[in-house]
Amino acid sequence: MKLYTFASPATFYHLAGKLIPWFAWSAGLLTLWGLYISFFLAPTDFQQSEAYRIIFIHVPAAWMSMFIYLVMAFWGAIGLAFNTRLSFMMARALAPTGAMFTFVALWTGALWGKPMWGAWWVWDARLTSELILLFLYVGIIALWAAIDDVKRGDRAGSLLTLIGAINVPIIYFSVIWWNTLHQGASISVTKAPSMAAIMLQGMLVMAVAAWFYTIAVALVRVRRIILERERHTEWAKAILEGDQ
Amino acid sequence: MHRFLLAVLRRDLTLAARRRGDWMIAQFFFVMVASLFPLGVGPEPDMLARIGPGVLWVAATLASLLSLSRLFADDHQDGSLEHMVLSPEPTVLLVLGKSIAHWLIYGIPVLLIAPVLGIQFNLSWDAILVLELSLLLGTPILSLLGGVGAALTLGLRGGGVLLTLLILPLYVPALIFGAGAVDGVMTGTGAEAHLSLLGAFMVLSLMISPWIAAAALRVSLE
Amino acid sequence: MPDALLSVHDLACARGERLLFKDMNFSLAAGELLLVQGGNGQGKTSLLRLLTGLARPEAGEVRWRGEAIRDVNERYHEEMCYLGHANGVKDDLDPLENLRFADGLHGRAFDAARAVATLRRLGLSRCLDLPCRVLSFGQRRRVALAALLLAGSTLWILDEPLTGLDVHAVALMEGLIRDHLQAGGMVVATTHQALNLEGVKVQRLLVGSVAIPELV
Repeated sequence: MKLYTFASPATFYHLAGKLIPWFAWSAGLLTLWGLYISFFLAPTDFQQSEAYRIIFIHVPAAWMSMFIYLVMAFWGAIGLAFNTRLSFMMARALAPTGAMFTFVALWTGALWGKPMWGAWWVWDARLTSELILLFLYVGIIALWAAIDDVKRGDRAGSLLTLIGAINVPIIYFSVIWWNTLHQGASISVTKAPSMAAIMLQGMLVMAVAAWFYTIAVALVRVRRIILERERHTEWAKAILEGDQ
Repeated sequence: MHRFLLAVLRRDLTLAARRRGDWMIAQFFFVMVASLFPLGVGPEPDMLARIGPGVLWVAATLASLLSLSRLFADDHQDGSLEHMVLSPEPTVLLVLGKSIAHWLIYGIPVLLIAPVLGIQFNLSWDAILVLELSLLLGTPILSLLGGVGAALTLGLRGGGVLLTLLILPLYVPALIFGAGAVDGVMTGTGAEAHLSLLGAFMVLSLMISPWIAAAALRVSLE
Repeated sequence: MPDALLSVHDLACARGERLLFKDMNFSLAAGELLLVQGGNGQGKTSLLRLLTGLARPEAGEVRWRGEAIRDVNERYHEEMCYLGHANGVKDDLDPLENLRFADGLHGRAFDAARAVATLRRLGLSRCLDLPCRVLSFGQRRRVALAALLLAGSTLWILDEPLTGLDVHAVALMEGLIRDHLQAGGMVVATTHQALNLEGVKVQRLLVGSVAIPELV
């Protein structure tokens, strides 16, 4: 069996069905473990007291938001280069989760900002670039929603993701540049005072949990997309009628 | 090859000359958006000078988006876009030609109007000079990246608004470096770094966006 | 068939989720006309757009001089000219300016005398310096035909070339097609109207889900 047999939607549909429970359960267990570390094992920060614990959600969400965008760009590029239908479906399945994590990162950032800086929103470089990333996600999802033709939508969305991916580092750099000019480097999320090893461990566990969650949700979504697009084929008809 | 590029440029410029109203709308929009800000924030000269560079840059960005939604739409409607794509020359060249034409029709007038608005915003002559330089380097970026958005949204319902949604985030670096350059000269930190970054971004856009726009155009025409 | 310039191999075309046709094969040699027939919405225009290279097929390929058109895109477009439903005529330009631009697109120097002669031949002598906006639909169609003639392409792909043309213009069009074919050109056309084409090698292709596409 070669790798490309998995690229056939029918094969992948069944494979994904088998994988989803594994990823979902792992994500759930890891989240519990991560939360246990964050709330019970990690020490109280002497500067920020208990409020800092939100970083166990904020940081993994921010990581995921950027990482998912890159993965989408990767699938889009593969799809454009090799004309593989499944790659486009993967890109589409990932986008809502990416947007969700971006939103979570912004929201938790605001919650964290209130006790830290005394304001719900500061134009910190990271929060600002996260906001622009959310705009990029919204743009891609809106473009998909506006194009009825599946093939055109796939390709157009991937092209937009690609030019966005080329642009993201430049945007990030420009926002940091802008931030240092206008505020000085005094306020920065990066300046966490010598993070304890257990805190890093908690964040990593939460990040892996988020990653498994993303895979599980993306697989569920990709299965739905496959069924929708293949509903005229024999195997999809069999599944659709079997459910009724 | 150059004959093709010249033909596209000449054609778009002729068409713009025949329909002056179309591109003048974008310029009036530019003037109006900029003029609304003093009404909103008050007429203190110092404050206007502080927000001036940013306001003018944001207004220029919005005005460019307003005109970009038509970049391919008219040609698509009367079928000439298909003829152009089916010409023996690569589509990249067509997109490049249309983007350059857009910059000539839209960017140059912005460059001419900006100093007048700069005076309204109480900018010093040095600041106005740097504003012009930054717009000279920055407005081509708007035309080039905007070409990608125009190609992606070709023929879609509500394409104009969608175009804005897709392309505005990509404009962020141009806005930051462009407005930052003027800010730099006003606060005495210098504008060279901003302008070189803006120039680098322009060169990068020039190298990448026509290819993506050409691919997007072919996808949209299918 | 060594002299088949245009050939289509196992072509399939889908629009949205509907498969319009599949396993289509035909070839066209110099001097031949292919009439594409079929009801509305059966894929005539889609087939023509596949042949131009504007759309990409679901399966199979279109070949020009034995090579897939996707690989020889630019060379193919030098020898092919497409006239779709829309004329591709700019309303704000006059007929001569339109033709000048069409020449520029193909990288040719503009020959004004030849362009004027062609427009005259198509019965547009009184419209030379009027913006195309004021011309009638049939007249604009004729401007597009003038561009087609001036392009000097081997292969014409015409989507409903007779729409909006009066009796004289239809006769003129028939003459143009006949001349083109006799000079070794090729035409692929869709039309609802009957064409009077004596002495011309005609292939007919039925596109549609009802009948299996085959050469009649």
